Amino acid sequence: MNDLVENVVKGDIRAVARLIRDIDDGIPGVREALKALYPHTGKAYVLGITGSPGVGKSTLVDQMVSHLRRKEKTVGVLAVDPTSPFSGGAILGDRVRMQRHSLDEGVFIRSMATRGHFGGLTQSTRSAIDVLDAMGKDYIIVETVGVGQDEVDVVKSAHTTVIVVIPGMGDDIQAIKAGILEVGDIFVINKADREGSDKTLSDLRLMIDMDQKKYEDGGWKPPIVKAQAVFDKGVEEVLEEVEKHRAYLLETQGEIDFRRSPKRVREELMDLVKNRVIEEVLGKLTETGDFDAAVEAIARGEKDPYSACDELVLPRLEIH
Amino acid sequence: MISCAPGIVPDLDPAGGVEVRDDSGSTRNHIGGIMTGKRRIRIMVAKPGLDGHDRGARIIARAYRDAGYEVVYTGLHQTPEEIVEAAIQEDVDMIGLSSLAGAHNYLFPRTVELLKEKGADDIVVCGGGIIPDEDIPTLKAAGIREIFTPGTPLDVIVKWVADNVEPRGEY
Repeated sequence: MNDLVENVVKGDIRAVARLIRDIDDGIPGVREALKALYPHTGKAYVLGITGSPGVGKSTLVDQMVSHLRRKEKTVGVLAVDPTSPFSGGAILGDRVRMQRHSLDEGVFIRSMATRGHFGGLTQSTRSAIDVLDAMGKDYIIVETVGVGQDEVDVVKSAHTTVIVVIPGMGDDIQAIKAGILEVGDIFVINKADREGSDKTLSDLRLMIDMDQKKYEDGGWKPPIVKAQAVFDKGVEEVLEEVEKHRAYLLETQGEIDFRRSPKRVREELMDLVKNRVIEEVLGKLTETGDFDAAVEAIARGEKDPYSACDELVLPRLEIH
Repeated sequence: MISCAPGIVPDLDPAGGVEVRDDSGSTRNHIGGIMTGKRRIRIMVAKPGLDGHDRGARIIARAYRDAGYEVVYTGLHQTPEEIVEAAIQEDVDMIGLSSLAGAHNYLFPRTVELLKEKGADDIVVCGGGIIPDEDIPTLKAAGIREIFTPGTPLDVIVKWVADNVEPRGEY
């Protein structure tokens, strides 16, 4: 494992690819690797990109990578796609739009499936971000379909969160309002040549303006950028806004908090603790037939599920 | 998080993975989120060369997904170099090459050759598409493990993975 970590820090592609695999597959030794890796992290700037399927996230990411490369920045991309709830398999197709960067040594692209984690998506994506950070990438772009709490949490842990919408989806904006409007630092109206882009713009503006008080108190006011990512229109503007947001964060949080803001560290640590507890308790449950026995006892009416839960969990809380 | 998901009950499968069954009765496999140490097979479906027909490749990708594999699709017009680099970054266990345009005798062996150069020849390569019978022995001799020609049933192609592909060895 130590060789692996050393080679990740040196930027070895195979080592990076394998460590992300180990994280995804939940190989137990990965914890030690991540511990060793942690001192090498905290340098990269993390961008979260989210939006409904088909709004052009991957195309936007592809163009952003090109722009960043022209500025001689190195980029890591994590493209998260959903796992089929029926088969457990997944088709990871985000790479199709980004494949032209495949031979560029300054770019590392990795597709990840959501795998129906117990809130573990957030954790494994964060760990994968750490790996790309440790390998020395300047920017890390995480792309997810912004559905479900886990995925919102993923983009929330980014420095800058970009939300992509397209014109004419009407109620779509309502859906965003309910979940992720609050976490958007920049809004992009992609495919802006389509009918209804002005309406979408005014809808978004109205929603953003409702937080006027916050901005008067010095809060960040999310800008809205119209873009046509496929024609490389508006992409540079998006990146300019990213830099403005970065400058804002640096100014308001200071260099140290900006790298590891207490709020983000708190969320990360809480996730790790939760997952570890789940893992340990469930891991021990799988070793015995107690769970099945409890299910049968409850089904026969001999036991209530609350007592059964206590009996299953409490003795297993003594870890190591 | 389990406690926040009302109606979802963890169930333990005999293989050590954890299944979660929601109250609608559908079953989801939740082995990834906890440290089970189970490797999930990853496959890259790639379209090398100038061939613009990917219906077949997409159907194969779908069949692999339905069999529970994670499939990375590269899209059209890939060079062997691009495919190999992507396969290494994605840490896939197998590459399925699809060619319907006649350049397989160059593209398929070249892919295997590049994998060797990069020290990644433990990635299994198979191919499919319009490939004349007389080309198959040469391709197999070049390291392409299997060739699937038109008319091969999907379940044969999918089962071949289960029988021939193991998760890659340790780093």
